[in-house]
Amino acid sequence: MSVISPVMHRPVSPEGAVPAESFDMRLSRYGLKLVRGRTRTLQVNVGYLCDLLCRHCHLDAGPERGEVMDAETMNDVIAYASRVRFETVDITGGAPELAPGIRPFLARLAPLTGKLILRTNLVALREAAASGLMQSCRELGVALAASFPSTHPAQADAQRGAGFWEKGIEVLRDLNRLGYGCPGSGLTLDLVVNPTGAYLPGSEGQAEKTFKQRLARHGIVFNGLCSFANVPLGRYRSWLEESGNLAPYFKTLQERFNPATVEGLMCRSLISVSWDGALYDCDFNIAAGLPLGLTKTHVSSMADLPGEGAAITTGDHCYACTAGAGFT
Amino acid sequence: METYYDPKDLEGFRDIGKDAPELAGKFFDYYAAVFAEGELTEREKALIALAVAHAVQCPYCIDAYTRACLEKGSNLAEMTEAVHVATAIRGGASLVHGVQMRKIVERISL
Repeated sequence: MSVISPVMHRPVSPEGAVPAESFDMRLSRYGLKLVRGRTRTLQVNVGYLCDLLCRHCHLDAGPERGEVMDAETMNDVIAYASRVRFETVDITGGAPELAPGIRPFLARLAPLTGKLILRTNLVALREAAASGLMQSCRELGVALAASFPSTHPAQADAQRGAGFWEKGIEVLRDLNRLGYGCPGSGLTLDLVVNPTGAYLPGSEGQAEKTFKQRLARHGIVFNGLCSFANVPLGRYRSWLEESGNLAPYFKTLQERFNPATVEGLMCRSLISVSWDGALYDCDFNIAAGLPLGLTKTHVSSMADLPGEGAAITTGDHCYACTAGAGFT
Repeated sequence: METYYDPKDLEGFRDIGKDAPELAGKFFDYYAAVFAEGELTEREKALIALAVAHAVQCPYCIDAYTRACLEKGSNLAEMTEAVHVATAIRGGASLVHGVQMRKIVERISL
């Protein structure tokens, strides 16, 4: 007998601290272990410099952040990508468009991998357009993953700052004009959608359908859509605390824990390099200060892929990746 | 201040089946089936539920289906329009009864 429906069985503003069961304890209770599989993706965080101050940012990225990958570390990353061929190299930030030397960095990485992804907040891509970055991405066949949280202007601006919607729409149109997201062009434009508040994303397929319909009204096309839960770290965690949403959000994440997601979690097949060259299991662990194997290892000293079966460093923020459909 | 509508009370809904478990079971099985994807999507059904929640003015339902609508990908403009649909029907239901009023006036007036 189903005693209560999933929707009605919703958290309703409980008070008090974040629930006590740690992520590791939850895994143990389900008889699960989170260990590395075969690593296929190299994710590179080139720094926390960003032209936006998004309220859901797990890294506290922004215009005042000086932590940016230098040329020497970029060389070390390129050397690692040459030693160990990755199926995918995924460049993120901050706003990676603003990192000095990003164009030659992309140009040197492109031949070393089957798929090179640049994550963009769109606004920075427009600012970097003068330097020819957009054109350069097109020539290199770099896939773009653009953050675009809502089809409602006010909700998009609430997450990413006043004026984002208008600028974002303009840049998406520019990218379409270059062929990005257009059928047959081979130039991938995916959207990344994070909820604009303390709730979880719904069905990715349904969201993709809705976004395609809504953005078509603005003459915009794109390839695919990925929706991910916001991770309670950095600026987003501060907002959760200040708004009284931290405990209810953790409660939601814990209630929606889906053991079936663990096998396919992205951290099992990805290694992340921080702006300073240190290695992590994922970008969220960079924000949490939890390096690979809990020991700071520099990318220049990494001879091979991380070992299969090695334990993945976890924290309570990992609940965000195992809720619902999970971060896979 | 104590109120009849305490958000924490919603958690007690899970116990509503006590003393009549078979009836509760039938209701919740039906409830789950109603909200499953069918000819309408789960997103559309959540928007209908949000509108009805406002029509019946159930704070529990408004809380639950505001969250459900957001999680299922509806935006604030769609949700606001749904509330206006409920408002229009409620208001229209009052207004259409003006026909009765007019009939009565006609009957008893010179």
